[in-house]
Amino acid sequence: MQYGDKLNDHFNNPRNVGSMDKSAQDVGTGIVGAPECGDVMKLQIQVAPDGTIVDAKFKTFGCGSAIAASSLATEWIKGRSVEQASEIKNTDIANELALPPVKVHCSVLAEDAVRAAIADWKSKNLAANKTEN
Amino acid sequence: MKPAWPLDPKSSECNCAKCDGEKPAGASAPSGMIYMDYNATTPLDRRVLDTMMPYLTDDFGNAASRSHAFGWKAQAAVDQARDEVAKLINAQGKDIVFTSGATESDNLAIKGVAEMYRSKGNHIITCPAEHKAVIDPCKRLATEGFDITWVAPDANGVVQPEAVAAAITDKTVLISIMAVNNETGVINPIAEIGRLAKQRGVIFHTDATQALGKIPLDVEAMGVDLMSLSAHKIYGPKGVGALYVRRSGPRVRLVCQMDGGGHERGLRSGTLNVPGIAGFGAACRIAGDEMTEATERIARLRDRLEEGVMAGLDKVQRNGHPTLRVCGTSNLSFAYVEGESLMMKLANVAVSSGSACTSASLEPSHVLKAMGVGDDLAHSSIRFSLGRFTTEAEVEYVIEQTIKSVRELRQLSPLYEMAQEGVDLSKVAWKGH
Repeated sequence: MQYGDKLNDHFNNPRNVGSMDKSAQDVGTGIVGAPECGDVMKLQIQVAPDGTIVDAKFKTFGCGSAIAASSLATEWIKGRSVEQASEIKNTDIANELALPPVKVHCSVLAEDAVRAAIADWKSKNLAANKTEN
Repeated sequence: MKPAWPLDPKSSECNCAKCDGEKPAGASAPSGMIYMDYNATTPLDRRVLDTMMPYLTDDFGNAASRSHAFGWKAQAAVDQARDEVAKLINAQGKDIVFTSGATESDNLAIKGVAEMYRSKGNHIITCPAEHKAVIDPCKRLATEGFDITWVAPDANGVVQPEAVAAAITDKTVLISIMAVNNETGVINPIAEIGRLAKQRGVIFHTDATQALGKIPLDVEAMGVDLMSLSAHKIYGPKGVGALYVRRSGPRVRLVCQMDGGGHERGLRSGTLNVPGIAGFGAACRIAGDEMTEATERIARLRDRLEEGVMAGLDKVQRNGHPTLRVCGTSNLSFAYVEGESLMMKLANVAVSSGSACTSASLEPSHVLKAMGVGDDLAHSSIRFSLGRFTTEAEVEYVIEQTIKSVRELRQLSPLYEMAQEGVDLSKVAWKGH
């Protein structure tokens, strides 16, 4: 498939590739998709005590637009608060990367990955707060 | 005679201003695009083009014009091509019906038999790994009261004759099994299927698009009644194909699918594509003359490609039978890497993939599925298809680039990471979408 320049740039120079320690208290991990469907995204966030996402990492098995969408998502959420990051919209990702209609589901997956990572971080830290109290 | 494709660096000089008369880099230089998608289509052989040219210009007559020399010349070109096409499959010129391509040939064969023999029966046997040009006509007939039995190939992609035999009933009017699969290159036991079709008195059609010029074909020895052929897969022009229709032992009758002036024994009306047909004839003649040498050379290159790639990477699965394959095709699944992303990494290599992400339907390859390959490995599959103009240098470059690209994408793959950590991916509760 022929893609635009922004998508090709994220595919050829993916930002924030890597992994963090899944068990760390300040790390939230989201894994979405399935190998049978042709795409799996793992997106992780590291959150400071004030709720700022200080780092984000991803690894993606998927087509060019899935890789680019997850790369862009990590770039966008870094430095944002968890609240701001949870407002990320798949349509913004799709527009920024000029995704063709058949690839819009890749942006949905990236949005899901961000939300899943935030949910994981929240569940860990809410649970931690409870035990502390 | 050395095949002369415009990209052959030794045979053509570039005349563009930029190159200043210098030779172009050519197909063997990694700076240009490397074509490894010969099963999709092939470039026109220069010798084929030379054969076609007069019929596009000076000798433009209509082969059906019986009253003047323009028509006679065109007719002579068509007659010669008919014999050349027939010779490559051990048929007679009169058995050949020219069409617009293999899709039309498949439609004419399947629907033509179904309509003609409807009173005899309404059962058709085919295979789920066929080309869509066979599958879709069968599906349409299914909506019109035909029963279709889909005989699955084995895990190597080979259709077993016993499985076909077991499916035959007294209502069976047609068996349609492809000679060579387009995605895997696997060769089916056509002669065995032909023999049992004959024993049971059932008409046998084979789509031989991917077999023509790559393996010897013989409609008599193979017991084939109908055979679909295409020009553009064998260095001929696009838009021309043929259907072999048996005239005796038994005589196969078809209901034509294109009504009109009664061309081609009344089986395919429409003014003949004379330049295309002349090109098809030349392409068949060259393919026949060079088959032994070409298939050996291309098979050697294909084997080197597989050996090189597999030496540099683990978890590479070859899809399809290891030896019952035509020379140029290699279908490989690279675990943990999605096919479209790999094709993007292989930016200057033209290949194709069984991944859903490359198809309009978003479904992974129906051929690999029919063979029982899991959807995950179907998404990870790449088809390399080599041909007449593939060079050793190109193969070495593609080996190197494939290894590099797969390694890079595996570093990016959460599945590879999980597998490295010892996670059994088949046991993970995926949140599919």
